[in-house]
Amino acid sequence: MNLPRWADVLLLPLINLVIALLAAALVVALIGQKPLDVMTLLARGAFGTERGLSYTLYYTTSFIFTGLAVAVASHGGLFNIGAEGQATLGGLGTGLVALWLSQKLPAPILLPLMLLGGALFGMAWAAIPGYLQAYRGSHVVITTIMFNFLASTLLVYLLVNPLKAPGGMSVESVPFGPAAHLPGMNEALAWFGVAWPSSPLNISLFLAIVAAVGVWAFLWRSRAGYRLRAVGSSEGAAAYAGIHPKREVIIAMGISGALAGLVGMNEIAGVNGKLLLDFVGGAGFTGIAVAVMGRNHPVGIVLASLLFGALFQGGAEVSFEIPGFSRDMVVTLQGFIVLFSGAMAYVAAPWIARLFQWGARHTARGEVVKASGASNG
Amino acid sequence: MDEALIGALIASTLRVATPLILCALAGLLAERSGVVDIGLEGKMLFAAFAAAAGGAAFGSTSIALLLACGVAVLLSWLHGFATVSHTGDQVVSGMAINIVAAGLTVVLGIAWFHQGGQTTPVGDAVRLRPLWPGAQAGLQALPGVGDFLGPALGEGLLGHNALVYVALALVGGVWWLMYRTRFGLRLRAVGENPHMVDAAGVSVLKLRYAALTLNGVLCGLAGAYLTLAQNAAFAPNMTAGRGYMALAALIFGNWRPVPALLACLLFGFLDAAAIRLQGVSLPGVGQVPVQAIQALPYLLTVILLAGFIGRTVAPKALGLPYVKAR
Repeated sequence: MNLPRWADVLLLPLINLVIALLAAALVVALIGQKPLDVMTLLARGAFGTERGLSYTLYYTTSFIFTGLAVAVASHGGLFNIGAEGQATLGGLGTGLVALWLSQKLPAPILLPLMLLGGALFGMAWAAIPGYLQAYRGSHVVITTIMFNFLASTLLVYLLVNPLKAPGGMSVESVPFGPAAHLPGMNEALAWFGVAWPSSPLNISLFLAIVAAVGVWAFLWRSRAGYRLRAVGSSEGAAAYAGIHPKREVIIAMGISGALAGLVGMNEIAGVNGKLLLDFVGGAGFTGIAVAVMGRNHPVGIVLASLLFGALFQGGAEVSFEIPGFSRDMVVTLQGFIVLFSGAMAYVAAPWIARLFQWGARHTARGEVVKASGASNG
Repeated sequence: MDEALIGALIASTLRVATPLILCALAGLLAERSGVVDIGLEGKMLFAAFAAAAGGAAFGSTSIALLLACGVAVLLSWLHGFATVSHTGDQVVSGMAINIVAAGLTVVLGIAWFHQGGQTTPVGDAVRLRPLWPGAQAGLQALPGVGDFLGPALGEGLLGHNALVYVALALVGGVWWLMYRTRFGLRLRAVGENPHMVDAAGVSVLKLRYAALTLNGVLCGLAGAYLTLAQNAAFAPNMTAGRGYMALAALIFGNWRPVPALLACLLFGFLDAAAIRLQGVSLPGVGQVPVQAIQALPYLLTVILLAGFIGRTVAPKALGLPYVKAR
């Protein structure tokens, strides 16, 4: 009882998304608010103004990075829960390069170095759990959970002790020099004479798009990507074909961590201009929802990131408008999406298949009647 | 070291370890039956909210406890429905429960209590009080040994509420259930080789649901401890990673009750020591950063899992959905 491909790729995910949205609507109704009003306000807050749209795309940027990170690991047969920690380390790498060199180098040389620093730190933080899974037999899910806590503790230690701005009260580093500033979207558009309101949105959005295309090309248009996917779908078959599964595990985790590490370019280089606590803000966990919803495909991930970006921005707007509505409603919806589109993705499948069978029988019988009628006449 | 410090250290170790012990036992039951349980954190968080909300609304300890366990059992069944009945991914389902709990508790808290996600504190009558409040003063009065026994025994061991002793007793209870009953034998078998259990005519589905039900009750107690004993109200994300730490303790204890208890006590002791070592210069080592001690449980678990100290052996069928036809 198999579903047609279009139903499996489009219809089933859509039905699951609708179920998740209905569950969230039920909660909204339960706390005494009108789901439709909330939806309208949310959409207007996310897309209605240039400023709102900018914030939506700013959130989208980080989600694309973490979503791609989870997806690449997933194609290698690994569940990377550690995107949050890898993004934290990525921001740390980006920030350390900026703190070290922002007074000495011009922006065109410094910014690529910061990107490299973030990617390498993220890569290392993911490659260690990958190595431990491949060669020491510890499970990557547990290790990456532990590495999330280790990453946040490490950041706290560094910001409380060696990196703390001298004389400052808050737990953050000194601001970077101007060379370490990744141009905002308003500045970039101003080069072309387009006026755009100032917002956290910066040109790392383009970096995210490039990363999405790069992941697609890597996974489906390169030998290395083919090897990675082969190990993900069947380790035994891949080993029989001469691929080293252990090496692929480390490669998958390394690329995954590097992608998560790029969050630092958006948050540290693009927005904050200094190192501070908790700049990832749960984007690593949202990446799981994004990858689950986007079915681990870059196109799906970009679309799902846009949806979550809109939910986070719109949710913030709604919480200003409606007393008693909090952005945690968006977190709840995120959980429902992971539940219905991820864990329970195929619960609805037999029902839909039955519907298709019924439909097929129905049309087939119609054709039989038509055919017999033709022979009589 | 003086007696007061020993007493305080023992007391806070037990206080911190209690929710870890309850959660680790919960995880042990689920994982020995073959179901990965990353959702400990979310179930404990939701149970803590249910206990606080129930306690504040109805003013009764038993209703609060019942609600906490009820909510956690429902979440466990949801996990079972997704992963045992429909062979969904166990890690994804657990993550979903954690995210839903983190969001929904705050949404409901704001809607019902209007305090930014906090609940109104539960009344003193609802809270769990120390069982023997006079123990310390009584032992202190003893001639000769009173100076030592008062703080160490009175405050450290006898100054706790009932749930602390229940948690300790449950370690023995779970051990007995796992290793001395027919149900326990089957539970362990279903986590190692479900096909064999099925071939023997025992339902894999029922066993795993039974394990998840007990798991929910224990998570409920852990959550209730946080809002009825340790604090008086619910605050957003108040579990703060304790569920994951319990998972670490469970693995550290090699999926066995008594070693898991020891791991929980070790992690609890590290937490208690970290607060007291802040700014203190140790002889020979110098000042130890408090973050290093806080990171130790996670670091130790990683090192243990990597096989550098000892060897962990997970249940063989852990994380694999059971499909009868195979």
